[in-house]
Amino acid sequence: MTPLTRRILLSAPFLAVAAGGVGFYTALHRQRTGQYNPRGVPSALIGQAPPDFVLPALENSGVASFGAADLRGLPGPVIVNFWASWCVPCIIEHPQLMRLSRDGIAVFGIAYKDKPEDSLRFIRQHGNPFRRLAKDERGRVAIDWGVYGVPETYLLDRQGLIRWRFAGAITPEVLREDLRPLLLRHA
Amino acid sequence: MRIFVALRRRAAASAALASRHGPRAAFAASAHCAARLLLLLLVVLAPLPALAVSSPADMLPDAALEDRARALGKELGCMVCQNQSIEDSEVGLARDLRLIVRERIAAGDSNVQVKSFLQARYGDFVLLRPPFAWSTAILWMTPVVALLFGLSLILAARRRMSAPAAAPLSAEEQARIAELDNQATLKSQDGTRA
Repeated sequence: MTPLTRRILLSAPFLAVAAGGVGFYTALHRQRTGQYNPRGVPSALIGQAPPDFVLPALENSGVASFGAADLRGLPGPVIVNFWASWCVPCIIEHPQLMRLSRDGIAVFGIAYKDKPEDSLRFIRQHGNPFRRLAKDERGRVAIDWGVYGVPETYLLDRQGLIRWRFAGAITPEVLREDLRPLLLRHA
Repeated sequence: MRIFVALRRRAAASAALASRHGPRAAFAASAHCAARLLLLLLVVLAPLPALAVSSPADMLPDAALEDRARALGKELGCMVCQNQSIEDSEVGLARDLRLIVRERIAAGDSNVQVKSFLQARYGDFVLLRPPFAWSTAILWMTPVVALLFGLSLILAARRRMSAPAAAPLSAEEQARIAELDNQATLKSQDGTRA
């Protein structure tokens, strides 16, 4: 055994532990900022067009509904957000959606398994970030999208293909580190 | 909860009876206690079979199809509470997926078609038994790799143990050993004489 092999073999365990430590630290840090969800599941629809759907509007919300056809041929990327008035993380992410909306980003909303009057009360109380707002009272369209909880947010590029899916609240960190760069890339 | 407290009190009372009125009274009391316990167990355990998650209204009227749906649902994971099947979960989404499975089966879909319907939406994660693919190769191959690694370690250790014996000593070396032996014996004899 040459001295070099010996040195490599001796340092291997230390390097492995160090690499593991860096990995754990990153995972924990990203978990704390909401960027990493250990129970998260990758979307099966990445790179695909969203499923065909037509949904009714939320009455008296002041904005029109939308369907799959409305997600094609837009001048920029569009964010589709599944939410509900009964969902607590939806309150946490709401300011970030408002900020995106103020910045002129197209944010479309789908109220998931929610009573229309409750959805309406939510956007009256917290503000309406949605350019278009549909309601999916049975939650069947959400299943076609692969939604497994609210909030869930999808980013569609200009061709109308799904590029990103995030399950959980869009925290300020997620907005800054993940969503903003993606919006720039697909602008 | 109240029943448990009552049972515990009764057990304490029977112990007290044994000390004051002899074992007979205690036996009667504890028999009563056992009967109560049996009753409690019956009450607690009886509804278990009925606890199956599907409510009767959600089941298919055809028993054979319902059995198929249930067997299929056992292989489909609930996305919210991972590692639980949709048949075992009470989460709203699991119920929706149960209903979809039954709708597709009633519409004449095969098991494979139902699975690929859900797989197209939720990916491999919805299958409790993941398919063999490049993305799942590590998952499936890890036990095999670990086994091979262990076997190779054992083989290496064995080879080292059964390494060929050292070459037999030459005549010159044997003569030298005999000489050393002789010297040692002489020295020890010296020692005993002194």
